[in-house]
Amino acid sequence: MKRFTGFVIKEFYHIFRDYRTLLILFGMPAVQLLLFGYVVTNEIKDARIAIYDASKDEVTRKISEKVLSSGYFILEKNLKNYAEIGPTFREGKTKLVLVFGSNFAEKLQREGKADIQILGDASDPNTANILVNYASGIISNYLISVNIEKVPMRIIPEVRMQYNPGLKGVFMFVPGIMAMLLMLISALMTSLSITREKELGTMELLLVSPLRPIQIIIGKVIPYVLLAFIDSCIILGMGNFVFGVPIQGNLILLLFECLLYITMALSLGILISSITSSQQIAMTISLMALMLPTILLSGFIFPVENMPVILQVLCHAMPPKYFITIIKDIMLKGNGVSFIWKETLVMMSFTVIFILISIKKFKVRLA
Amino acid sequence: MENPSIVVDNISRSYGPVKALEQVSFEVPKGELFGFIGPDGAGKTTLFRILATLLLPDTGTATVEGLDVVKDFRKIRKLLGYMPGKFSLYMDLSVEENLSFYATIFGTTIRENYDLIKDIYRQIEPFKTRRAGKLSGGMKQKLALCCALIHKPAVLFLDEPTTGVDAVSRMEFWEMLRRLKESNITIMVSTPYMDEASLCDRVALIQDGKIMKISKPEEIVAGFRHQILAVRSGRFFELLTDLHGFPGIHSVNAFGQAAHVTFDKGVLPVEALRKHLVAARHEDVMIEEINPTIEDCFMELMNTEN
Repeated sequence: MKRFTGFVIKEFYHIFRDYRTLLILFGMPAVQLLLFGYVVTNEIKDARIAIYDASKDEVTRKISEKVLSSGYFILEKNLKNYAEIGPTFREGKTKLVLVFGSNFAEKLQREGKADIQILGDASDPNTANILVNYASGIISNYLISVNIEKVPMRIIPEVRMQYNPGLKGVFMFVPGIMAMLLMLISALMTSLSITREKELGTMELLLVSPLRPIQIIIGKVIPYVLLAFIDSCIILGMGNFVFGVPIQGNLILLLFECLLYITMALSLGILISSITSSQQIAMTISLMALMLPTILLSGFIFPVENMPVILQVLCHAMPPKYFITIIKDIMLKGNGVSFIWKETLVMMSFTVIFILISIKKFKVRLA
Repeated sequence: MENPSIVVDNISRSYGPVKALEQVSFEVPKGELFGFIGPDGAGKTTLFRILATLLLPDTGTATVEGLDVVKDFRKIRKLLGYMPGKFSLYMDLSVEENLSFYATIFGTTIRENYDLIKDIYRQIEPFKTRRAGKLSGGMKQKLALCCALIHKPAVLFLDEPTTGVDAVSRMEFWEMLRRLKESNITIMVSTPYMDEASLCDRVALIQDGKIMKISKPEEIVAGFRHQILAVRSGRFFELLTDLHGFPGIHSVNAFGQAAHVTFDKGVLPVEALRKHLVAARHEDVMIEEINPTIEDCFMELMNTEN
């Protein structure tokens, strides 16, 4: 046991003396979360629009006012004729153009309908889609409020976005970043620290020492379990206090699942290091084989349901997918064990499989 | 007689088509300082790794302190001290931390075995808070030796401990090894430097995976069957070719600034050789008779093997 603690202490020396790694370990979660939370966001504020108002009457002016006072739009310029629309879009600033037909109020009064056109700059399809939806929503709201006594029957659906009423992107990013970062720290760092010993030649001495392989492996893993766990607390804390991501479910359960995920990622890191011999290869494998699938195939950014069948099958083989499902369930929906036991079981099996393969692959000798 | 400390019996090992070791056999009695002399790629490291239980031999058996290197590898690992070719130190740990780490994983402390290492450790103790990465080659080597000794091993394997170390540190290092012999530790050491051979109790000359000769260094030298002239001249490169043209020569080898010319025993034709060289327009010709060194013997053995 004394041997083992000596080994763990040595590992901590390595980590704390390498301030660059430390910076990555603790700086990265904060920076990434802030980046994703503030910069990469689907919500739109202050989009620039242009208005071509051919009638300039009371109703069109009211509608324009409503649109501009919504907080989503800022008026870039008023257009004088229809032909100006093309050049305006081409300039690039304007993302949306609102066109009112001639005699708008009169037509509306007489025929009960009037012409309004919303043009979006679909060179960025997502933004265009959202802007057009916002604009048409504002306009129809206005018309409903004006015509309230004229329409005898109407159905107004009351929409509520369950679990994320504000449709905040950060609700999605917190679980995603957790899955990604914990995977990175755990798998990459352990695989690097084991292959480093192989490269330096110190592994030769560790092997001839009375330390058992299992002691070497666990000794390598323990410091990173601790660090990764601290990281997950940082992410959860920042998500909660800075971005207001709720933790509806049981905190203990949440932390336990984090720990399980960390263990899974660590065992994957050991597996990688036991089949590679250089830090370069270990790093490449970790980044290529872990990072991209974690981002693309885990349902973090792109919904799994919309993918081709082959990719969907692949997604189900990606451990982060289960972790993201679990923490979304716990944090946003407040679900308990009865809802997530399947995913938990899958993660446990991944862990066991990785560990078994690593132990089988770990060499008590060189080459 | 006591059982030998190391017994190697017919060991062969190849890496694909390359034969690193071919039917190597030898014995090392307890407490001997046994040297392996041979150029790079001769198979020294492979042999050391097999004895340190880090590699499996293809055929043959070997025992260390009576324990089989394949079956009893865990027991052997407790008994041996091993210093691999690259100094296995953690560069980001200080001198003292390195030493105490190796002490801890072998289940001991620096204090417990301080006596064994104190001669060596005293020299690097003033730098004990310095990171190992900032040490000079000689100091790294001393620290690595301390680390290999800290658990009081019965057998010490040192794989090229003096490679890349300055001449003064090399001499100091060999003095330490001779002093360690007093603690009755069997020491097996490999080196590419022929001049270090004379410092061992016995040496094995190894080349291309085969042991050419095992003997006491003085016996190896005494067994040299030729006489040697060291020849120098201003034009060294042409000297070698011109010497080959001289009748009655056995072999010519370059040794630093001089050419060693061997003749069969008998009268040495010093004057005839001088005339031959002057005729070939060599200036500053210097010829002297010298005693053979281990390196001369090694070259001789190599030539006959080929």
